[in-house]
Amino acid sequence: MKQGVNPDDLTRPFWEAANEERLVIQNCTACDRLQHPPAETCSKCGSGAALEWKQMSGRGRIYHYGVVHDCPIRLLQEDQPFNCAVINLDEDPGIQMYSHLPGTPVDEVPVGAAVELVFDTAANGQKVPEWRVVTDN
Amino acid sequence: MSTENAPQSMYRSREGLGVWEHRGKVAAVGIGHGPTSRRWDGKPDTSLGAISLIALRRAIEDAGVDPGDIDGLVMDEKTTTGAFWPRGQELPWDVINAYNTTDAPLDGITQLSAEWILKNMPELAGNRFTMYGPGCMSNAIVVAAQAIGDGLAHTCLVLKAWHNLPGRYYQTGANADDAIPGTAALRSVWGAPACYGTAIQFAEYCRKYGKNHDMMAPFISNSRRNGLRFPEGYWAQHRPEEITTEDYKAARWIAKPANLFDNDIPIMCSAAYLFTTAERARHMKQKPVYILGHASSRGQARSFIPTLDEVEAECAESGRKLLEAAGITVDDVSFENLYDGFPQFHQFHMEGIRYRGIQPGEALDFYQTDISITGPNPVSPSGGNIGSGRSRFWMHTDCIQQIQHRAGERQVTGVEPVIGVSGGPMPTGGNFTCWSATPDY
Repeated sequence: MKQGVNPDDLTRPFWEAANEERLVIQNCTACDRLQHPPAETCSKCGSGAALEWKQMSGRGRIYHYGVVHDCPIRLLQEDQPFNCAVINLDEDPGIQMYSHLPGTPVDEVPVGAAVELVFDTAANGQKVPEWRVVTDN
Repeated sequence: MSTENAPQSMYRSREGLGVWEHRGKVAAVGIGHGPTSRRWDGKPDTSLGAISLIALRRAIEDAGVDPGDIDGLVMDEKTTTGAFWPRGQELPWDVINAYNTTDAPLDGITQLSAEWILKNMPELAGNRFTMYGPGCMSNAIVVAAQAIGDGLAHTCLVLKAWHNLPGRYYQTGANADDAIPGTAALRSVWGAPACYGTAIQFAEYCRKYGKNHDMMAPFISNSRRNGLRFPEGYWAQHRPEEITTEDYKAARWIAKPANLFDNDIPIMCSAAYLFTTAERARHMKQKPVYILGHASSRGQARSFIPTLDEVEAECAESGRKLLEAAGITVDDVSFENLYDGFPQFHQFHMEGIRYRGIQPGEALDFYQTDISITGPNPVSPSGGNIGSGRSRFWMHTDCIQQIQHRAGERQVTGVEPVIGVSGGPMPTGGNFTCWSATPDY
């Protein structure tokens, strides 16, 4: 099971949207550029005032993956081994998210495959964005 | 005395800066190491501070310098390998009170300030300059070299120490909690261990170039073999165990494709060097090893993990910057000691500088050739972190010792050690140094 999440000031919009089963990513309106993880200012132009939260389509692709056999997080250790993939968002492949790829057998991950957004529930009830491989049917 | 982090202006992190303005005018002379251990046993004479005092005094003695002539100290205040003092555990007052203390009770135990060092080394009464090169020895070396070149000090100690405490690596603190803050959760809620990012880059490297994990075996075996010839190292001192190809292939996974031997072992250790001006170095006990140039990378990943494209671009830029600063070409490099902790990114550093002309995607094939210390293409003769435990300084010690012909059983014999390069740690954030047997190569 995933650790619980206590939203903080910087990430509260992200986690609140997740509880509504939406994915939002920080966007700089001055640069028209997404950034993730979020920050107090845009990593390109330095503006803080131009930052907003932008809803994503929930589509992406698997960049690559590893199989975690020795996890430092206590609550996840009972789930070992598990997939841990890096997802590139369709809106901007430079933006990454992690995923356990629910439904994909361990170490049978189709690199480059399309994925779609789903949600998992962490130990304290917080919903967490996850990704599932898109099948043809 | 308050010690500040070095300003970014001391790091040469842009391309096009030309040859280093102090090329050949700064030299390393003395080397000292403290004893290593897997974890601290709680005693005063094995504490972080204690082993660092040993390292510093050995470096001074090795250089043959009067401690009163030393006017500089550059070091890194942070010392954790991932271990932090457990929440709620009583402080070790017997150890704290065994030394002259600072306002931070755990100074000398789980952190190490310049103030603590100077309070416990009264022989350094002539010190007038302290600065932090935060991160690792690679940072401190760059800062010390620049400081001497700029005239901020003329005889400077350079120190890096690491502490490790009882308990498994990164299994305590927030990782053991039921819930974590939202910002940290964006990364850690998926449970990726420390080697994961490099493992992802390595996986993509193998996919892109048609390589595989087993091809790393000769590098790992060679590194441990070299490390076992490093008497100051952890494995040589405590567990003289080779790693065979079969051992490597059979090792348990941590985050596949990174296995146990694709990770270094956290240890307690400390090392110090004595740097000085080229002029003063001529009168010291050991042969000077001159710094021809230094360079730093400050790459920013777009998102969480630097992609292979980002890593390769940054390493190539670092290689160009270092050669430009040193005023040499890669053909002048006798041997390389680029960082290996994690070993799965060592090839990025090697390919970045084009060591022996290898291009991106060729390093793992290069590993299948003779990369030993007796051959014409020595790779990591120090053995690095894989050979001697996590310190991030074996590579620098080895460069100095090889060029001084003091590397003992590790001494390279297939090449004349005239120019060595070392540095790291990360492909997208590191500091690199070019060492030379002569000031005007």
